[in-house]
Amino acid sequence: MIHELTIHEARDRLVAGEFTAVELAEAVLERILAVDNLVKAYLTLTPEDVLAQARAADERRAAGENEPLLGIPLAIKDVLCTKGVPTTCGSRILERFVPPYDATAVARLKAAGALLLGKTNNDEFAMGSSTENSAFFTTHNPWDLDRVPGGSSGGSAAAVVADECLGALGTDTGGSVRQPASLCGIVGLKPTYGRVSRYGLVAYASSLDQVGVLTKDVTDAALLLRCIAGHDPRDSTSWDVPVPDYAAGLTGDVRGVRVGVPKEYFVAGMQPEVEAAVRAAVDVLAGLGAAVAEVSLPHTDYALPVYYLIAPAEASANLARYDGVRYSLRVTSGGLGEMYTATRGQGFGPEVKRRIMLGTYALSAGYYDAYYLKAQKVRTLIKADFDAAFEEVDVIVAPTSPTTAFRIGEKADDPLQMYLSDVLTLSMNLAGNCGLSLPCGFDEAGLPVGLQVMGPALGEEQVLRVAYAYEQATEWHLKRPSIRA
Amino acid sequence: MKLSRKEVQHIAELARLALSDEEQALYQEQLSAILDYFERLREIDTETISPTATVLPLRGVMRDDVTQPPFPRDDILANAPDSEDGCFQVPAVLE
Repeated sequence: MIHELTIHEARDRLVAGEFTAVELAEAVLERILAVDNLVKAYLTLTPEDVLAQARAADERRAAGENEPLLGIPLAIKDVLCTKGVPTTCGSRILERFVPPYDATAVARLKAAGALLLGKTNNDEFAMGSSTENSAFFTTHNPWDLDRVPGGSSGGSAAAVVADECLGALGTDTGGSVRQPASLCGIVGLKPTYGRVSRYGLVAYASSLDQVGVLTKDVTDAALLLRCIAGHDPRDSTSWDVPVPDYAAGLTGDVRGVRVGVPKEYFVAGMQPEVEAAVRAAVDVLAGLGAAVAEVSLPHTDYALPVYYLIAPAEASANLARYDGVRYSLRVTSGGLGEMYTATRGQGFGPEVKRRIMLGTYALSAGYYDAYYLKAQKVRTLIKADFDAAFEEVDVIVAPTSPTTAFRIGEKADDPLQMYLSDVLTLSMNLAGNCGLSLPCGFDEAGLPVGLQVMGPALGEEQVLRVAYAYEQATEWHLKRPSIRA
Repeated sequence: MKLSRKEVQHIAELARLALSDEEQALYQEQLSAILDYFERLREIDTETISPTATVLPLRGVMRDDVTQPPFPRDDILANAPDSEDGCFQVPAVLE
């Protein structure tokens, strides 16, 4: 079944002429038709457009073109702008927003020949860890439909593992690529802050947001990153440094690579099967010749409060633009001021309002120093922890999430419990480093466990190299769920 | 630390959010619990630590002052709830 292929497998077979881009697109669309009523990964599908793009890709290939993603069907998280295709951010307040332009990451995928299948579900404005905060519906984990796929890029992660696309874009502000990748048993890569342009990414927390990729294996993550990374004059926070050929560094050889295991990441309340799977993965890396050592990231415990002060503070400013004047929804009631408050009160969902309230409070007169400034200072210490650790080791490995996928509804009424599911991913965003999650086992209920591999700023090559070596030494990445109602 | 109902109303006003009585009660309780959890930050002495606003080593990035074609006005206004004569239309500011 060709919809089950990875990007690199499909590309090789398209090049060899074993099937056409139209046949591949039809197979994936058929798969979506068969399972998405159960998984509910997509908010918007553009099937006619996909087939038109596929026909064009076949014509281009016949004319001798061979872009790296020519004819490969991908999915896009609904917080990234897509020209002429609705971009709702999972919010009522943008329900009818149709961007007049493509995000740079999307434009670069198109330029590399990719076909866009549609937009995937996410927690509203990327705020959440389960997709339950989407204003439209919850996405279901293909391994167990009663469980969440993780979030906020849960639609992208579920679509990848359910073979409803060959790969997908997500975004990661506090773990929103890595955590759903972990809960769905796929690869999710969060690049270094500044590595990928954020032009056209609807802003949540601007000092933390980064575009990432969700794929079926490490090679695909390397291929997609190569296509989307690099300087963009439209994003002044994008880094102007060369983009390496990430796939070329995937040798399977990790002899002598220094791998650190942070003792603070094996937290109280961690599911024992998660710890066991990650410890076993460390043993595999040691067996491959990596030099494993314990490291310490002493301020790990403070990452959660720091994140949930800084991110909501930035969000409260970024989301001020949704006022009923320029985008989509307007709720009229009296004059201009009433229009603002009514539009925002009705247009935003509960978690978005909670974070706007929290951020507004943290920035308000009398509390700024005690909360926001304090958080920014502790952020300095968290970054210094990583800088010191990366003096001693090349990568750090740890669990991605303290548990496997939880049940839909289980944490929905307790925001603090929900926030704790990001406790192992937040620090890296605060430090601006890069990292990925890849599958490293299953719990007794048959749910995937994720291994997080973290690197320093612009350390994607060593992260991918270690992840690839582990992946090739194991078979977890080959497992797929059988989706049953 | 327990937020008062009045504080919740004040924050909502600053954030231009219309909240129902039920929402005010819920956020009063939830935000108080979250802020309690955040108290642990006080354990750390940050007297001599500088704040981090961004992790990027880039500062004051400039581009050449060259004009580029803007988006067509109608494309931008197409997303507006209301527009007239090429402008965003809003309810009266003054009676």
